[in-house]
Amino acid sequence: MSRPDVVVTGLGATTPLGGDVASTWDAMLAGRSGVSALTQEWAEQLPVRIAAQLAVEPSEVLDRVRLRRLDRSEAIALVAAQQAWADAGLAGSGLDGERLAVSVGSGIGGATTLLAQDDILEASGPRRVSPHTIPMLMPNGPAAWVGLELGAKAGVHSVASACATGAEAIALGLDIIRSGRADVVVAGGTEAVIHPLPIAGFSSMRAMSTRNDDPERASRPWDQGRDGFVLGEGAGILVLERAEHAAARGARVYARLAGSGITSDAYDMVQPHAEGEGAIRAIAKAIADADIAKQDIVHVNAHATSTPVGDMLEIGALHKALGDHPVLAATKSMTGHLLGAAGALESIATILAIRDGVVPPTINLDDPDPGLTLEVAAHKARHMEIPAALNNAFGFGGHNVALVFARP
Amino acid sequence: MTRDEITTGLAEILEEVAGVNPDDVAEGKSFTDDLDVDSLSMVEVVVAAEEKFGVKIPDNEVQNLKTVGDAVSYIAAQS
Repeated sequence: MSRPDVVVTGLGATTPLGGDVASTWDAMLAGRSGVSALTQEWAEQLPVRIAAQLAVEPSEVLDRVRLRRLDRSEAIALVAAQQAWADAGLAGSGLDGERLAVSVGSGIGGATTLLAQDDILEASGPRRVSPHTIPMLMPNGPAAWVGLELGAKAGVHSVASACATGAEAIALGLDIIRSGRADVVVAGGTEAVIHPLPIAGFSSMRAMSTRNDDPERASRPWDQGRDGFVLGEGAGILVLERAEHAAARGARVYARLAGSGITSDAYDMVQPHAEGEGAIRAIAKAIADADIAKQDIVHVNAHATSTPVGDMLEIGALHKALGDHPVLAATKSMTGHLLGAAGALESIATILAIRDGVVPPTINLDDPDPGLTLEVAAHKARHMEIPAALNNAFGFGGHNVALVFARP
Repeated sequence: MTRDEITTGLAEILEEVAGVNPDDVAEGKSFTDDLDVDSLSMVEVVVAAEEKFGVKIPDNEVQNLKTVGDAVSYIAAQS
């Protein structure tokens, strides 16, 4: 039996740029930054006092009682999943739950719940700790809530590969449909850890931008003035579907998820391989898996987080594995780095770039690094035919994931 | 504290914790069957009730508190 094609039939997101996919995409194409100053009192003592916070609070979408038992990462995963489900035309469709799986991960998980409940434990004792604490902080929480909400009975999976999580969750969804285990997989990532401890931790690694006085210009991938990533929060969810299943129900198809490549560096916990060896292999595997000519992959939504080392290694890897023809975008210049949700949100941007024939802008690229030897749509979106495109995501731990999307 | 006052206090807790409409709270109502309070929310209700009414409700008593009236009687006897 030949391998089934897998298509994307639904998208959902809540991000620093908007409360849904349409508003997020419009803001991206307009080159708007979602980064702002942290005005919370707890931020005053931190070396980093900027972040890309959600444009729409989950409390504007979900009711108060429901939110009491949801970690913020779970709440926004639910918000994005509900949107994607409706967008795919699956709400009320009576889809057989035994043919529906979920693959939704988070890079850090319910850390803010853990910290808040620890404060309660210290201040008021164990009896005051919420009985919802464990389901709120367990790393499979977001996937499990989405599965409960949608009635998924073919398996609920929670990938964790740091900043590659969202992309790897989508790659797992592809594998699940190809294996025949499900017809539909709700896949993506979620992250909500704008809290002093994670910020202090990343900051101690010297991984974050300290451009506190100019938040909108802090995330500047490939620019010579880049000094680290800007933490963002949000969720991105895709509905992946066996192509024949989508066609049979007359579903609108955004794009084909043509292939994936997953590798690990086995090199260092937090430093990428010095020659980008793992990234090169992931990109090459994704292209081979997709069985698409390299010349047709004309756009890359790069991982490009605005760190001094990582940004340039990815350029080298793209030269080696793909060639010198693609036009790049670093949408993190606008959204900040959504960690475990990054690969999912950027997959959505990649899909919409194909659909609309437009490479989103990379803002703040005022003074390109001399090592930037590939084309980037700097400052302004660029309209062009995009038959196929690549999305990269890399994570602490040496995770490399590449996804190839193509016109349906 | 009268039984009505305790019922009103419980209704406030149930609204806060589980989103129960205060108009639905009456002594004859079962927490699980009528008011749809699940086991984790019941734990929250008990802890909040201890705080509000200044009583102790041990875990082995909670299983006997099937209805709002059961809880009112227990709290009235303790306070």
